[in-house]
Amino acid sequence: MARHNVTVTVNGEAHSREVDSRLLLVHLIRDELALTGTHIGCDTTHCGACTVLVDGVPTKSCTVLAVQADGADIGTVEGLADANGMSALQEGFMQEHGLQCGFCTPGMLMTGTALLAANANPSEAEIREAISGNLCRCTGYVNIVKAVEYAAAKMAGADAPADGEDN
Amino acid sequence: MAPRTSAKICGMGHSMKRKEDPRFLQGKGNYIDDFTLPGMLWLDIVRSPIAYGKIVNIDTSKALEIDGVLAVLTGKDLEAYNLHWMPTLMSDTQMVLPTDTVMYQSQEVAGVIATSRYAAADGVAAVEVEYEPMKPVIDPFQALEDDAPVLRTDKEGQEDNRIWHWEAGDKEATDKIFDEADVVVREKMHVPRIHVASIETCGCLADFNPVEGHLTVYMTTQAPHAIRTVLALVAGHVGLSEEKIRVVSPDIGGGFGGKVPVYPGYVIAIAASVVLGKPVKWIEDRMENLQADSFARDYHMDAEVAADSSGRIRALRIKTLADHGYSDAQAAPSKFPAGLFSICTGSYDMENAYAEVDAVYTNKPPGGVAYRCSFRVTEAVHCLERIVDTLAHKVGKDPATLREENFIGKEAFPYQSPLGWEYDSGDYQAAMDKAKEMIGYDDLRREQAEKRARGELMGIGVCSFTEVLGAGPSKDFDILGIKMFDSAEVRVHPTGKAIARFGTKSQGQGHETTYAQIIAEELGLPAAHVQVEEGDTDTAPYGLGTYASRSTPTAGAAGAMAARKIRDKAAKIAAHLLEVSEDDLDWEPGTFSVKGAPDKSVSIQECAFAAYTNLPEGLEPGMEATNYYDPPNLTFPFGTYICVVDIDRGTGEVSVRRFVAVDDCGNIINPMIVQGQIHGGLTQGLGPALYEEIPYDEDGNNLAGSFMDYLVPTAVETPAWETGHTVTPSPHHPLGAKGVGESATVGAPPAIANAVVDALAHLGVTHMEIPIRPDRVWEVLREKGVAG
Amino acid sequence: MIPPQFDYHAPGSLEEALALLGELDDAKVMSGGQSLLPMLKLRLATPANIVDIGRIPGLDSITESGGSLRIGALVTETALEENATVAERYPILLDTAKVIADPLVRNRATICGNVAHGDPANDHPATMLALRAQMVATGPKGERTIGVDDFFHGLFMTSLDPGEILTEIRIPAPGERSGGAYLKLERKVGDYAVAGVAVQLELDKNGKVTRAGIGLTNLGFAPIRASAAEKALTGATLLEQRGFKGAIARVRGIFSGGLDADEVIAAAAQAAADATDPVADRRGSVEYKRNMARVLTARAIRQALSRAGG
Repeated sequence: MARHNVTVTVNGEAHSREVDSRLLLVHLIRDELALTGTHIGCDTTHCGACTVLVDGVPTKSCTVLAVQADGADIGTVEGLADANGMSALQEGFMQEHGLQCGFCTPGMLMTGTALLAANANPSEAEIREAISGNLCRCTGYVNIVKAVEYAAAKMAGADAPADGEDN
Repeated sequence: MAPRTSAKICGMGHSMKRKEDPRFLQGKGNYIDDFTLPGMLWLDIVRSPIAYGKIVNIDTSKALEIDGVLAVLTGKDLEAYNLHWMPTLMSDTQMVLPTDTVMYQSQEVAGVIATSRYAAADGVAAVEVEYEPMKPVIDPFQALEDDAPVLRTDKEGQEDNRIWHWEAGDKEATDKIFDEADVVVREKMHVPRIHVASIETCGCLADFNPVEGHLTVYMTTQAPHAIRTVLALVAGHVGLSEEKIRVVSPDIGGGFGGKVPVYPGYVIAIAASVVLGKPVKWIEDRMENLQADSFARDYHMDAEVAADSSGRIRALRIKTLADHGYSDAQAAPSKFPAGLFSICTGSYDMENAYAEVDAVYTNKPPGGVAYRCSFRVTEAVHCLERIVDTLAHKVGKDPATLREENFIGKEAFPYQSPLGWEYDSGDYQAAMDKAKEMIGYDDLRREQAEKRARGELMGIGVCSFTEVLGAGPSKDFDILGIKMFDSAEVRVHPTGKAIARFGTKSQGQGHETTYAQIIAEELGLPAAHVQVEEGDTDTAPYGLGTYASRSTPTAGAAGAMAARKIRDKAAKIAAHLLEVSEDDLDWEPGTFSVKGAPDKSVSIQECAFAAYTNLPEGLEPGMEATNYYDPPNLTFPFGTYICVVDIDRGTGEVSVRRFVAVDDCGNIINPMIVQGQIHGGLTQGLGPALYEEIPYDEDGNNLAGSFMDYLVPTAVETPAWETGHTVTPSPHHPLGAKGVGESATVGAPPAIANAVVDALAHLGVTHMEIPIRPDRVWEVLREKGVAG
Repeated sequence: MIPPQFDYHAPGSLEEALALLGELDDAKVMSGGQSLLPMLKLRLATPANIVDIGRIPGLDSITESGGSLRIGALVTETALEENATVAERYPILLDTAKVIADPLVRNRATICGNVAHGDPANDHPATMLALRAQMVATGPKGERTIGVDDFFHGLFMTSLDPGEILTEIRIPAPGERSGGAYLKLERKVGDYAVAGVAVQLELDKNGKVTRAGIGLTNLGFAPIRASAAEKALTGATLLEQRGFKGAIARVRGIFSGGLDADEVIAAAAQAAADATDPVADRRGSVEYKRNMARVLTARAIRQALSRAGG
């Protein structure tokens, strides 16, 4: 069985591995590179827990072969925060309670990051459409939408939405 | 209610941001599949393609030829250790691996152990199993017929497919009311089989150390302590002893009740680790999760309400058939085989009630988990809230008005229900008033009338549920004999920081935050300085785990009680430091001061330091306390939900235009988290109301065995939930809190179903079975001659 | 869910890809992989070789030239959604792309892959039928063009030879007054269609339908052209016109065929329903699906008309 040399840049760091043809990108990321923030939640490309950025494009990494990603620039949840702290979107998720169990969260964050890169001020409908390939079983999505809106406002330089003390 | 503590202390009532979030947001959570141990092997499972049949032969030779496949375990292998069967939490029995017969599609047939995920999967594909199929029993009603084959031939004395019969209430008195009532309405309804479908599936990493005879199991469990005890009981005969078993429940990617049972995969992984002396990891895939793990619901109910001509409810009668699959593997308290179904009289005052449930075996996966509800409360509430609408329709009353006229009045609490519960507190009218106001109920009714005149279909659904949770008082509640208390252990360090450990296990509820806030409320230490730990049986105090919304009612109460013990000790120290008597002290969160001389004070932190450095004579050093909390009663949260739907006459599609949820869960610890719990619960009520179901064909094939057909709602289908609350504290809980995790899952389905039926009521429709799929609606529209 | 073993090949040119397809046994072409990889993971497909055409340059363009819109083999659904020409002149393609799977899948899924897969549950085939598209297949002997009506043969069966690659789809440029729409009834986002209907109409300056294309999704073992429905529309004047002009049009209509617009649309919708051959499944009964074909056809016709600009 043919093996292939694959080089990927993940969160700015280059990695080379010799892999089987059939190795899924998500397993390269999780098992070979030990970046376990990217999750697996289904077998049929429905849940989006495995979403990463491939050359900036949000992609379900369970439905891409590692060899297909050879040469690609990959972004995972581990790369969102930098020396200055969490990204505006990560902060939005924390402020707006956009996560509960946290399992879908990395995928949501990657999809949301790409959405905000393409559309600085998405409407609620646009946000809901953009995350419709990412299933969440805990939050009911309302606060995920708010988290994206929070990040959009922060990135636009507006004051962060009021920190609600009560519901 | 304004918080009693400052924002710095962040006790109850503050929307503190979650302490667990930074790790989840940065990909640093530790979920089961993130664990790796040196020399770790992989387990993958061969599953039955048929629902019922004899195993003629299992040929493992081709699998064993695959590079990396080390072993294939079958039922015969486990039989040698008497590990091929295990008890369920309901004292039934369940196969780990079969020796001769498979009882449901996707049942575990053999375990393949290999050096990698990929090799294990190849091994599974290469195991050849020959079956002799038999005609399965799929319909639970058919299972009760005289000529139905007896499925559980392994059970001595089992002569039919009945598991148990349960009943509550005074049948004779109830029947008498029905005989003489002005009005009787009846609906038959099915709350179908569904699945929790947490985004993380189940799995474990079993690590047996043959030298020490010590087993560590990292596993996705909501009840690690109970699991440890069960393992000791099940595998004691092969040398596993409870002090040498450590169960660690890491971060859990959603539980919802589905991670309470012990699944065969866990046991096979443990057996493989013991046999091979190496760590063995098992992570199920989504199809295994949906096809073999415990289902929820599957209650067939025949309900009747007796009322007077004005719609005053007099009695309720429900006959139920419960389909448990091939084994009763529910996770319910021992005394309550039908869970807390007897909450079915709900929010309404009535003279009497009678409910009965018969449980049967069929060729389906075992289970009956309490999916985000306290053991069958969802079924009970759906049944009642649907049929109350039928009654309203029958007597020509607005469904909200009929409810209001039947509410248990707020002065009637504590209220003794006809089926034996003592409701702790409630103000149902207040929740109803708030919900009606928020949604603009009267305007909506006017809009509906106008639309109806134009031939448009719009419906408004109301549900006023009463939940029961917090299992539970030890006089009634145990699982396999273990009483359903829960526990907390709080230790304050010399510098005034604390660690608190609990017997429960968060799966996303935010325990690390809310428990810290409880300790902060009681001790006045900033919640930020309280480290919360759960899930490791070596360090956490014994508890029954997190499900049935029991964490706040039990472990939360234990945390408060343990903190109060510490505060009592701190008072002694404060008196010593201030050189006054304890009686002369005032307490404000975080500070003891001398009565009448508020500037003479010591902080809780100073007391903590003194506990290690400067003690009054005779006082034991240190500052720590443990509490095992046995709740005096359950708690009874409630709420009113109102839903507005529009129906497309052409396609039968239902869209939820608005949904207002007003909840009352007593005193609120963290409003932000409570609201999040309600959002999530509502979405898990939307799913079964409109989308989710696990149906089987007559051959026992699962027809929704992947996310292709098991329709978990996305952000597009899910409406923008609107929430509100009223506060009626629990009189018996130390914090006045009631628990909230499940109310919305319980209350949402009937609100949505009632809205759809309401949209069609003028056509003579009184009931729609859930999930209310477009094709089902369209069939009704066509039958009534209004399909577009 | 783990794919079975296979060999992977990533040719850098079309010639190389075609050579590989000629040499290798049991080879399968992959573009975006969003249909193939799930099938591999479920082990429903077990090819010995995968030829990934994803790295071949020059196959990812959308251009309008020579009277056609040309969609290259590697154009993704997202690229189609973001293309200004498509949005302006081929709204039916935008409708179709937007309801395929979910936005993440669409980032990799390709239009040509959707068509070449031969799955009657896929959405583009019906749209291609409505648009009377041409399929450009490239094989060892060069290019050949296959009309969409000759392309689909049955479940996962197309006219492509094992050695050929669908390198381009050509869609005739729309006339001055034309409009189309694709409507899909799905149980939730990410689902295959319960029923899907593509309608493309061309009108003359008086608003008379000169050409109608109607394709149906997931209502039979292959994508279906609703020929009788097309015929029912062709020659009819369907635009709603108010006032004097409308009265004249209605009178003309009655003289010409005796039917008003609503009746013509209803007849066409019924004809579309009659052309279906659905199977009962979790998405609904045969009766339901037939009726949904009818309901969606009527709605799609009205939307196409409105886009044709009355």
